[in-house]
Amino acid sequence: MWLVRYIPEETGFGFMRGRLFAFPFSALLSILAVALFFAWGMNFGIDFKGGTLVELQARQGQVNVADIRERATALGLGGIEVQEFGGGRDASLRVELQPGGDQAQQGVVGRLRESFERDYEFRRVEVVGPRVSGELVQSGTLGVVLAILSVLVYLWFRFEWQFAVGAVVATLHDLVLTIGFFAITQIEFDMTSIAAILTILGYSLNDTVVVYDRIRETLRKYKRMTIYELIDLAVNQTLSRTILTGVTTFLALIALAIFGSEVIKGFAYAMLFGLVVGTYSSVFIAAPMLIYLGLRTTPSADAVAAPGKTPQAAE
Amino acid sequence: MLRFSTPKVIAILAAILLGVVVALPNLLSADQRALLRSALPSWVPTQAVTLGLDLQGGSHVLLEVDVNDLIRSQVTQLRDDVRRILRETRASLQGGIQIVNRGVQLRVADAEDRGRLLPRLRELSQPLSSPVLGQTGVRNLDVTDTPDGLIQLTFTPEGVTDRVRRAAEQAIEVIRRRVDALGTTEPNIQRQGADRILVQVPGLQDPQRLKDILGQTAKLEFRMLADNASGDVDQLPSRDAGGQRVPVERRVIVGGEDLTDSQPGFDQRTNEPIVTFRFNLRGAQRFGQATTENVGRPLAIVLDQEVISAPRIQTPITGGSGQISGRFTVEQANNLAILLRAGALPAKLTIVEERTVGPGLGADSIRAGAVASIIGFLLVVAFMIAAYGFFGVIATVALLANIVLIFALLSALGATLTLPGIAGIVLTVGMAVDSNVLIYERIREEGRVGRSAASALDAGFARALTTIIDANLTTLIAGAVLFFLGTGPVKGFAVTLSLGIITTIFTAYTLTRLMVATWFKVARPKRLAI
Repeated sequence: MWLVRYIPEETGFGFMRGRLFAFPFSALLSILAVALFFAWGMNFGIDFKGGTLVELQARQGQVNVADIRERATALGLGGIEVQEFGGGRDASLRVELQPGGDQAQQGVVGRLRESFERDYEFRRVEVVGPRVSGELVQSGTLGVVLAILSVLVYLWFRFEWQFAVGAVVATLHDLVLTIGFFAITQIEFDMTSIAAILTILGYSLNDTVVVYDRIRETLRKYKRMTIYELIDLAVNQTLSRTILTGVTTFLALIALAIFGSEVIKGFAYAMLFGLVVGTYSSVFIAAPMLIYLGLRTTPSADAVAAPGKTPQAAE
Repeated sequence: MLRFSTPKVIAILAAILLGVVVALPNLLSADQRALLRSALPSWVPTQAVTLGLDLQGGSHVLLEVDVNDLIRSQVTQLRDDVRRILRETRASLQGGIQIVNRGVQLRVADAEDRGRLLPRLRELSQPLSSPVLGQTGVRNLDVTDTPDGLIQLTFTPEGVTDRVRRAAEQAIEVIRRRVDALGTTEPNIQRQGADRILVQVPGLQDPQRLKDILGQTAKLEFRMLADNASGDVDQLPSRDAGGQRVPVERRVIVGGEDLTDSQPGFDQRTNEPIVTFRFNLRGAQRFGQATTENVGRPLAIVLDQEVISAPRIQTPITGGSGQISGRFTVEQANNLAILLRAGALPAKLTIVEERTVGPGLGADSIRAGAVASIIGFLLVVAFMIAAYGFFGVIATVALLANIVLIFALLSALGATLTLPGIAGIVLTVGMAVDSNVLIYERIREEGRVGRSAASALDAGFARALTTIIDANLTTLIAGAVLFFLGTGPVKGFAVTLSLGIITTIFTAYTLTRLMVATWFKVARPKRLAI
């Protein structure tokens, strides 16, 4: 057989024992993430803070960040931020929201053009007024909350309620850690990041559901097994799938992170982080969580295991 | 699970083939597509995916109707109407007409006067109708009176909302005419919410001109300059006087709505850029009459509450045409001519969001996206073939079909492909093989417990497919939420991600299964090499 076996055929890892380490570990990380969020804050982009963003490309040679900073400061537009990227030919310049409402933002670009047009090409210009940014914050938050709620409802209908709660706890765990990731790396947080977060949630749920699906199936099949053995068995059975899918998604994202354009890179980094966290949480948080939620704790109490529904016929 | 009736096989293959045909125009250049469109009958799909502004370059400007400005002009209008009715009914007023929040108030002490006045004032209040509900019973104006003679006319919140909505609709028409005059290709102009207008213009390098012509109300009025500041006058800044305020009679002789044409030009004597215009019949008559009566007095040409020039009337102008000079640059004259032709906006519009991407950056983004997609695809394919051998090849074919179907759906739905949309496709590449992994792992497992090849395949598919549905639906829910709440680029991501999930489920159910079944029928293996 010449096929590569990335994962041994039958594994017997004690994932349930792992929870004794994983739960405190995750709790610690979550607290750290929340603390960092409040201590360092996130690097909010203009989508949420409002303001002006321009991407400049040197007409000749390399960009001179110091020069850009100096010239922009001379315009007296308040807080500015300059960042180089794309191998030194490009730079982004962010100007904070000007006081005085939507109308006040309009002058900024004109003044920047006056100062920079001669030496730099304006590759991108974005101006977000205070009201739109406020609404984007709202719709972004609402999006994440609504997505979690609708998934909760869906899983509640498809599984028992313990599964729904377990999945949502694992998802919140991923959400908190991802926010911590944004706080640590200071990667710009904008609407694209909300998309990244929702995709992470989607992926993590996807992973969790696959494991849960198997737990549910095992519950019906082995009515005499303890819940600990049962969950361990189910997680081990799905382990190779969990890892293989994780790797294929990882490969695709690595390509984005390396070869994608600047906007996509931040997105890909966040997704890569979320992929790892989401995979971890499905195995170490979502699955063991079921015990604490009181999904069958004794071998005899199999009433929970969806009576009336027999395991599907094999043929 | 592995038996397919012939009609089913045909249906599956036809669906994939259709996908290929619909997606095919994306490989052609715009010119080739145009050629194809003219050569082929109209039912042949020649539509390619629309690229978002972030990929093809262009400007996205979100405008908002300035509600306060609109209310202010509404209230001014109301005050003039009330004044007219007072004159007509000869009711005597105590004090003046005061402008209060969203309306006016006046005091008429005499009960008999009030009796004559009130019914006429009530006529100003119009019932509101909604396009959905028809007559709603709500009126746009509340008219109240107290026994001591205080009369209040206030616009209702519904009245204001209705006015804002209609203003946005009118503004869209005006904006369309203005943007069309810029000569750009395929601008997209649509209303967003009650009071916002989204203007998207592809391929515009410098949006300053666009913003210049969008930001101006362009309300043109011909009035008379007043001799002194008393009486019915407004104090308006004057360009001739270097921004100082001058008294202008409130009465409008002719407004911009009576213009039929307007062109930029040059003054024959001074060679200064000017704008020439023509009045319609009504405008020509009124202008002729006013200039006849006021020879020797200065006229005030007022644009957006600024006196842009105040020429002295030398002779009566009865020909119905004229020219405006106002120390314009050539571009300003060009813009003003466009604005006057397109008509005035019903209210001031404020730019609340602007995003412009240069064409160079767009092309770079496409290139980077394409490279990332291809490399991601190759990595995933290599990994899958190493893991599953021949079954990996099947997964690759399914993945290709997936991508083709995503492009076919994007083309057919007229959806827009954005930069985050490309990320969605790359992500789909990674996640689509999940369905194959689920199926194959399940088949391996079933084989391990001692099932025959046929039975392992069968059970593997049957069990994996329910998992695939459950797992993918949760992601689809996240995608749907993103679609409804996201704007612009993020929406583009939600579209490709969601379409990717749908095509993934489809190919897992049909194509992958069909390929495995066909292989099984041909090879008849005793053991599965998976």
